[in-house]
Amino acid sequence: MAKPIQILEDVTVRFAGDSGDGMQLTGSQFTDTTAMVGTDIGTLPDFPAEIRAPAGSLAGVSGFQIHFSSSDIQTPGDSPDVLVAMNPAALKVNLKDLKPNATIIVNTNSFDAKNLKLAQYDTNPLEDGSLAGYNVIPVELTKLTTTALDELNLSPKEKDKCKNFFALGIMYWMYNRPIEMTLAWLESKFKKKPDILEANQRVLKAGFNYGETTEIFTTRYDVQPAKLPKGIYRNISGNEAVALGFVTVSLRSKLPLFLGSYPITPASEILQELSKYKNYGVVTFQAEDEIAGIASAVGAAFTGALAITSTSGPGLSLKAEAMGLAIMTELPLVVIDVQRGGPSTGLPTKTEQADLFQALYGRHGEAPLVVIAASSPADCFFASIEAAKIALEFMVPVILLTDGYLAFGSEPLKIPKFEELPEINVKFRTEIEGFYPYLRDENLVRPWAIPGTPGLEHRIGGLEKKDVFGNISYDPQNHEIMINNRQKKVINVQKVIPDLAVNGNETGELLVLSWGSTYGAVIEAIKLARKEGLEVSHAHLRYMNPFPKNLEGVLKSFNKVMIPELNLGQLATIIKGIYLREIIQFNKVQGQPFKVAEVLNKIKEVLGGNNGK
Amino acid sequence: MANNINTVETEVKYTAKDFSSGIDVKWCPGCGDYSILAQVQRSSPDFGAKKEDIVWVSGIGCSSRFPYYMNTYGFHGIHGRAAAIATGVKLANPKLQVWVATGDGDMLSIGGNHFIHACRKNIDLKIVMFNNRIYGLTKGQYSPTSEKGKVTKSSPYGTVDWPFNAIKLATGSGATFVARSMDRDPKHLQEILSRAAKHKGVTFIEVLQNCPIFNDGAFFNLTEKETRADNVVYLEHAKPLVFGEKQNKGIKLDGLNPIIIDLEDGKHSVNDCLVHDETDDNPTRIFLMARFTDIPGYPTPVGVFRNYSKQTYDGDYVQQIEGLKQKMGVGTYDALMFSENTWEVK
Repeated sequence: MAKPIQILEDVTVRFAGDSGDGMQLTGSQFTDTTAMVGTDIGTLPDFPAEIRAPAGSLAGVSGFQIHFSSSDIQTPGDSPDVLVAMNPAALKVNLKDLKPNATIIVNTNSFDAKNLKLAQYDTNPLEDGSLAGYNVIPVELTKLTTTALDELNLSPKEKDKCKNFFALGIMYWMYNRPIEMTLAWLESKFKKKPDILEANQRVLKAGFNYGETTEIFTTRYDVQPAKLPKGIYRNISGNEAVALGFVTVSLRSKLPLFLGSYPITPASEILQELSKYKNYGVVTFQAEDEIAGIASAVGAAFTGALAITSTSGPGLSLKAEAMGLAIMTELPLVVIDVQRGGPSTGLPTKTEQADLFQALYGRHGEAPLVVIAASSPADCFFASIEAAKIALEFMVPVILLTDGYLAFGSEPLKIPKFEELPEINVKFRTEIEGFYPYLRDENLVRPWAIPGTPGLEHRIGGLEKKDVFGNISYDPQNHEIMINNRQKKVINVQKVIPDLAVNGNETGELLVLSWGSTYGAVIEAIKLARKEGLEVSHAHLRYMNPFPKNLEGVLKSFNKVMIPELNLGQLATIIKGIYLREIIQFNKVQGQPFKVAEVLNKIKEVLGGNNGK
Repeated sequence: MANNINTVETEVKYTAKDFSSGIDVKWCPGCGDYSILAQVQRSSPDFGAKKEDIVWVSGIGCSSRFPYYMNTYGFHGIHGRAAAIATGVKLANPKLQVWVATGDGDMLSIGGNHFIHACRKNIDLKIVMFNNRIYGLTKGQYSPTSEKGKVTKSSPYGTVDWPFNAIKLATGSGATFVARSMDRDPKHLQEILSRAAKHKGVTFIEVLQNCPIFNDGAFFNLTEKETRADNVVYLEHAKPLVFGEKQNKGIKLDGLNPIIIDLEDGKHSVNDCLVHDETDDNPTRIFLMARFTDIPGYPTPVGVFRNYSKQTYDGDYVQQIEGLKQKMGVGTYDALMFSENTWEVK
């Protein structure tokens, strides 16, 4: 008999297990299927830096959270409604994050003395009553998986590795999702390993049927498709979106794409993803080090390519000198910094927004460049296009800031039509008459004359240039002219960027000013605040240098300005310094994104019991 | 990847003057760099490329001012990074002929990593390293090729460092064209440069160069008439290793040990001498010869140590791209964006 289906608006599920349990894979399969049925989603993987920490240990727990909803959502959810815990360590690490009365599906087979000890449990939480406030669903995942594979000729280890698909099958049943997409995915993934393919497909179906037949599960749930704007969608992570964004620019500008890069967490996927697109003429140069990554990109920019380099904080430090070279030679270059917890090696797999100072100021000399910060995984696509467009049209290096949260998180991207994308105007100089390397147009942009062009042979480099002519010049007055030219050129970018938009009243008591990846949590908090009758406005900064022209005016229109950021107040410090106004800081540096509730509580605190009107 | 470039033949007949940018050259009077510049300009017409298709890239140091004096495209980079920058130039447009001007400090110290990896990849860069065994631009500190015990401004009591042997390093890292020449041997240098221009793959030329200010005479025993014959053995392909005023000395191998023999002692003849094979893909003999400079009393080999052919990084890269375009079809926006599962919201 079919079980009743209850409609929910919004659910957050977290899969957690050992870093070898395949939790990222399970989570991303659930995500893809959920996205395909039209539900809005936001995801957040959370995994340790160690590839395989000791099995069963607290340090080795890997998690993947997915938030899905029939309304428009912007975050991976504050607190899970459901936890799938593959072992005691996964339970212990994640329990504190769950909603009261949350559902916990546990693999009871893994709750043996050894694993309990590894998870530092004195008594078995499944038996000692400590989970009384939760809806615990015990499942013998390991045993059921092995039984389902009884007659298959696989090793016990190979059988055991399939158990994540049993859990996935249960979740598909529970949330009324089809299993076909994952079956098809397995088909292509294990084309050459028919045994493994058969095993995983069988286990997935067994998990699904287990939900249907067993009496442990009494109810199924469904989350209906979200009412998103019309169009064709795909699920996309921030790193994928960056890669696709730059390939798109290459198609749009007809410039070959060159990436010089060195692997670094959490940016490596950009290199990996772009290396797939050789049939688009994309050159990915996996360099010997971070410096060679950017230096090769500078060489490629000189030669007329759409040149980019990707990295994270430690790599950005190493690239500083070469960024100065790109500034001095006024070449188009995009440096993608996927921020992670710092300083030093810090928290490689965790998120932070603490590279803002480094992006803006981390070079010797007066070395201005353009800085753009993406706001969501899908926005990484558009931010990449903007970064490249500005770099190419202004002959200037641009730093694109994303972070671990955006890089690994995913959400639906409404795929734009090619014709709707911004045009990118690139003109190589070919005319010999009147050519000088540092001639400037009305925006102070110099010509791009690339090797191979007859008659325009010229030499540039890191030494100061004579204005217009580009020869080496040590003249004191000239140096100041050139310093100012480079600065003014960056400020001229203000002409092409939109004004800062205010969401809500344009004047009032409180403005929340956010930037980068905090967008989702802030926007949801603002919505909730308004539901509660609070009046609060919101503006989100995308252009970190130069700032939009109207920023000062916006700041002046509010009595209080609160800046939430995942650092000790870097944007706040800059705003205070430039605009000489008080800022209420809201900082978190735990390697984790803001929760919606945290931002909401801060808004209430700042309003001090008033409704902001 | 701009495809309007044709390097197959230079229809224009150039002269050395065509390669002079015409700006004042600002090395110290008597610097060996003047000669290197002159030899490059004289041999450039033989490089088989139009001047707009030649790019000179450099790092930092006296030698790295070189690109400014050449009437080609030029890029004066940052310290140590010339090979990395040049790699980007070459990969962005493999039809360009890309040269690197660098020094012993720039290439072997701060740029050591880029150097060994360029050699390893066998990317078609032509690296000309001016080796004066000293830091000139920073005014006289010892370099990674300075001899052990050298007294300099930063080693008043003598260095305790062992120097790099650049030929061994290049060979060990996989360079496919390895040569040594000298600022004060113009004809030889021109010949080596012209040969380097024609080689496909990483090309390394160590040019022994005099710094008259901070290390004057470092190579005079090799470059000056009176002493050259006894201290230099010129390497020529398929020829025995013979040197000396009257070509009266030779080098033979005793197992893996090189031995200097007297060709006039009645016991030895030229037939005993090691015969140079620059195309040998086994680098053992190259190492043996490169080591002469580490053994007191042995002549310094000058000429092409190694010149053999293997697939280049840039060549293979282009081939892979073209092959995949054929196999998968040239990429389109729709293929890019709709490659994953998509869904429609109506």
